[in-house]
This record gives sequence, C-alpha cells and structure tokens, in this order.
Amino acid sequence: MYCIARQQADRLELTLRGEWRAAALVAVQAELAALPRGGSGWLQIDASEARFDLSGAWLLHDYLATATAAGMLAEFAGAPPPALALIERTLGSEPTARSADAAGQTVWLDPAAAVEGLGRRAVGAWRLLESFLEFLGRVSYAVGRASVHMRRWRPTSITRHVYDTGITAIPIVALIAFLIAVILAYMGAQQLRKFGADIFVVDLVTVGVLRELGVLLTAIIVAGRSGSAFAAEIGAMRLNEEVDALRAIGVDPIEVLVLPRVIGLVIALPLLTVIADGIGLVGGGLLCRTLLGMPLTQFLNRANEAIASTTFWVGLIKAPVFAVLIALAGTWCGLRVRGSSRDLGRLTTLAVVQAIFFVILADALFAVLFMEMDI
Amino acid sequence: MGAVVEVRGLVNRFGRQTVHRSLDMSVEEGEVFGIVGGSGSGKSVLLRTILGLQAPSEGTVLLGGRDITRMGTAELRSVKAGYGVTFQQGALFSSLTVLQNVQLPMIEHLRLPQRTLDELALLKLRLVGLGPDAAGKYPAQLSGGMVKRVALARALALDPRLLFLDEPTSGLDPIGAQAFDELVVYLQRELQLTVVMITHDLDTLFGTCTRVGVLVDGSMVTDTIAGIVHNPQPWIHAYFQGQRALRRGGQHGA
Repeated sequence: MYCIARQQADRLELTLRGEWRAAALVAVQAELAALPRGGSGWLQIDASEARFDLSGAWLLHDYLATATAAGMLAEFAGAPPPALALIERTLGSEPTARSADAAGQTVWLDPAAAVEGLGRRAVGAWRLLESFLEFLGRVSYAVGRASVHMRRWRPTSITRHVYDTGITAIPIVALIAFLIAVILAYMGAQQLRKFGADIFVVDLVTVGVLRELGVLLTAIIVAGRSGSAFAAEIGAMRLNEEVDALRAIGVDPIEVLVLPRVIGLVIALPLLTVIADGIGLVGGGLLCRTLLGMPLTQFLNRANEAIASTTFWVGLIKAPVFAVLIALAGTWCGLRVRGSSRDLGRLTTLAVVQAIFFVILADALFAVLFMEMDI
Repeated sequence: MGAVVEVRGLVNRFGRQTVHRSLDMSVEEGEVFGIVGGSGSGKSVLLRTILGLQAPSEGTVLLGGRDITRMGTAELRSVKAGYGVTFQQGALFSSLTVLQNVQLPMIEHLRLPQRTLDELALLKLRLVGLGPDAAGKYPAQLSGGMVKRVALARALALDPRLLFLDEPTSGLDPIGAQAFDELVVYLQRELQLTVVMITHDLDTLFGTCTRVGVLVDGSMVTDTIAGIVHNPQPWIHAYFQGQRALRRGGQHGA
C-alpha cells in the first residue's frame, strides 16, 4: 500500500508511505486511480513517511492537479516532498534552450494543406530530377577529366571494387546460372516433347541463356549484392561526414567514390556474365543428357547450328550498360543519405529497387532495338 | 553507506596490450567524480566495464554493493535500470523523435499509459531546459547542445540515483558548456545524484567535480580537486600545471 485514505466528514486524509519511485510507478498509479478525485472538501496529505523521486512526485502532482481542479482544497500535513517543489519550479520556469523554429502542426483533411502537399511533392520530384541530372553531369565531367589525366583513374580502388563486386560473386552467380538453365531446359523439354521436337530444347537453352538470362540474372544478383553495398558504404560515409571531409580537402567525391565503383563494375559484370553463360550451357547440356538421353556431341552440334555468331555478343554487350545503371543507382542513393540511420536504410532499399528496375527497363529497350536491327 | 561505485583490481587486456593493470576506484554517494586521462589511457574502456557493457579480464566492479561481473542477463538488466548514462556523441536514436527517445527506457522498464509517459517525458525535457517545441523533433534537427540535453533527459528517464556522463561538454561552445555544467550541478543537488563523468574540460573539472581520478599507466590516482593539482606525477603535473590549466587556475584560485 502506497497510500491509505480515511474519509472523515468532508475531509479526506491521505497518508503516503513507501518508496514512490520509478520502479513502483505502475502500482502507485493503480492506487491513485482508485482514490476519489471529485467533490468539494478538504484533502489533507501526510507525505512525511514516503520517499519520492521525480516520477513518483509527478504522479502525486498529477493527482493533486485533477483533485483541485474538481474543487477539492489540498493541504499538506507537514512539509510537502522536495521533489514536488522541484516539479513546480521546473514547470514554472521558462525553457532555457529554445529550438530555432517550432515544429509545424500538421492538420489533416485541410484542403489548403492538401494542395500545399501536392505542390511540395511536385517541387520535390522536380528537384530530385534536377539533382539526378546534376549527378550525371558531374560523373560525366569526372570521366572526361579522368580520361585526360591517367593518374585520376585510381587503379587500386578499381581493383578492390572488381574483387568485391566480381570475384566474390562468382559462386552465387554460377550456382544461379546453373539452376536457371536446368529449369529452362526441363520446362522446355516437357512442352517440346509433345511435338516430338525435343532437339529444340538445345535452341531454347543456348539462345535463352546467351541472349537474355545469363546477363539479366547476373545483373539482378549484382544489383542486390553490390548496388546495396555501394549505397550503404557511401551513405555511412555521409553520416560520418567523410564525404564533407573529402570535399573540404579538395577531393571530388564523385571522382574517388563514384568513378572507381562504376568502372570496377563495368569490368566485373561482363566477366561474371561470361561465367554465367558458360555454366548455364553446361547445366543445359547436362540436363539434356540425363533427361532426354541426348549425347553431348549432339548437344554441341545442335548448339552450333542454333546460335548465330552474334548471339553471344548481343547478350554480353548489355553487361556494361547494366553495370553503369547499377553503379549509378547505388552511388547516387548513397550520396543522398543525410541525417539518420533510417535514411540510410531507406536509400539502400531504394538503390536496389531502382537498379533492378532500370536493368529490366534497359533490357526491354535492348530487345526492341535488336529486333529493329534484325539480329 | 558504502561506495556507490567500487572497482577493485581491474585488469583489461586486448591481445598483448594491457589497458588497465590493477585499477582501483571508489565513488561515494553524492559525489561528482571526474575521470581524467590521456587519449588511449582507457577511460572509455573503464566506463564500458563499469556499465557492464564489457566483461573485464580480471577484477570486480560493484554497483551499489553488487558485483556486476558475475551477474546473469536478467539481474544485470535490473542494475541497468538503476543508472543513467549519456554517451559522447549523444547516441540518440535517430529514427525516434526527442520525446520517444526519452520515453524508450520507461517503455522498456515500466508499464504506463501513454498519457503518463508523454507527461513524464515532457517533465524530464523541461528539467534539462527544453520546451515542448523540441519534443517532436528528430535528432538530426537538433543543435549539438540540444543533443546533449536530450541525452541527459533520456539518462534521467527512470530517475536513477547514479549518472554516468561521457565527455558531457565536448563539442559545445564555452557558454553552452558552462550552462551544461550548471545544469549538471543543479540536477545533482536537486535529485541527490551521484555523478561519474569522463571529461577533458578543465572548466568542468574545476566547476563541478568534488573528486578527480586520473588514469596513469593503467591505474588510477584519486584525490580532491584541490589536492590533485599539486600531485608530482609527471603526467598529472603536466595536465594541471600546463599553460591551459594555469590560465584556468587563476580564475578558480586552485
């Protein structure tokens, strides 16, 4: 029991006991809630046996405020607890450290606010587009400057990114290419068998893997692995003011952070694509042999007939383009991080989503282009 | 009444490097204890060990007479509810508003209705000199001095009687630093706090601390603020009798 109440005529006597401290707040609050808070009359409080910290005193303050507002007259038998006096002094004083501007109150369902919100979003979208164009311009300028001065290429940094985005990705890219080729061959075999056209499974696998799937799947894996890594690395550097430090030293962050990543990925992604193509064909060949009983020599002969001399290059030419898109999406999102770790998470997610979206969009454009060119 | 914080025979080793070799430290109730030491002397490691964030290689740490180095997670949690701590950079949770930052310890340790939580958090903010206009802001929108104040309000959320401050005035301008020192002294007096602070700010040392512990060669030399300035140990002498300190000494009469 933290408080004992005795009603005497129009006088409520409260004797407070025990430790009114943060750890006991829940129990104290439950007891206070059971006390009468209304009626006119005297409220006499004896707090001499209780010990208060600020939170405990706040509950008493809160109870007294509601009780007196309801018309009770409160008085202390003996001295009121010092913590209560501290609360009253604190609330009575002016805040010493004022913030520069008051936080705006948001009113929902206000038509003016809705129009304002729409306008803000439109302006925000326009600014985003502007800043992206500025980013592209800066990257192009950095590329141009680097191609004049060879020492701006930063080979050490590029090598590190080729290793991080390329070499370490080989196992996962190889595995996925193998599995996708197997799935493609298996699905194709099931359908084509109905027409007795088993042999065309070879066409499906080789053309499918070389032209589309090899490069596209590799790009999507790399977007997930490296696009996110670029955004997170650069974003953490932004939060740590490292990017500002670079700028203050007179080093162009685009040149040291963005360019090596773009170039590294432009080197790594085509190489990964070649590996994915090779493993994909191996997977297709193995499945044809085990499922269709097709000898490997027959598979190779048919594959030779199925693919034109351009098939491999049509796939591979897309890889550097995808690499640039992934690297730009990752680095641009990273450079936009400001303020909080939440922003970092948001932009890392956005980097991956944008990278995959632009890769698939570009792939669609390539498909149309190659159809027009008749290759 | 025994010591609030007592460290006995503390040894901390990282690989071959020994940071603390048999360190003893004792803080009595109601003291403001300053910890001083050169960069790399193990101030932060000492603080992390006392807070129970890091197990020492050897030795014991007693908070309120209980040895935290041999405690289970649940017991340690109850000890952690009994002290407040502010970190050097504030360490406010950047995805939460100021009010939510202050409420977080209360939500974790107490089951209170939202209205009480809001009011208690606003009271704590008022206590450190911040008005309700700051409550809805995010840490990224605050100035350095306000970050320190919010961190202090969060440290006081559960009304601890023991408060740890890691470089409370670093990064503040002299006026802001002095205001913060005054705030710490005011709260220490009003709430009967025991304060342990790491600081390099000589003004803070002279203005707030009752005793000072200097980390030298992996152990601690403790004395009153008036006594420590005359300590003959070379590093301590250089620290308190250096040019910067002498300029202060004139003002404080030490």
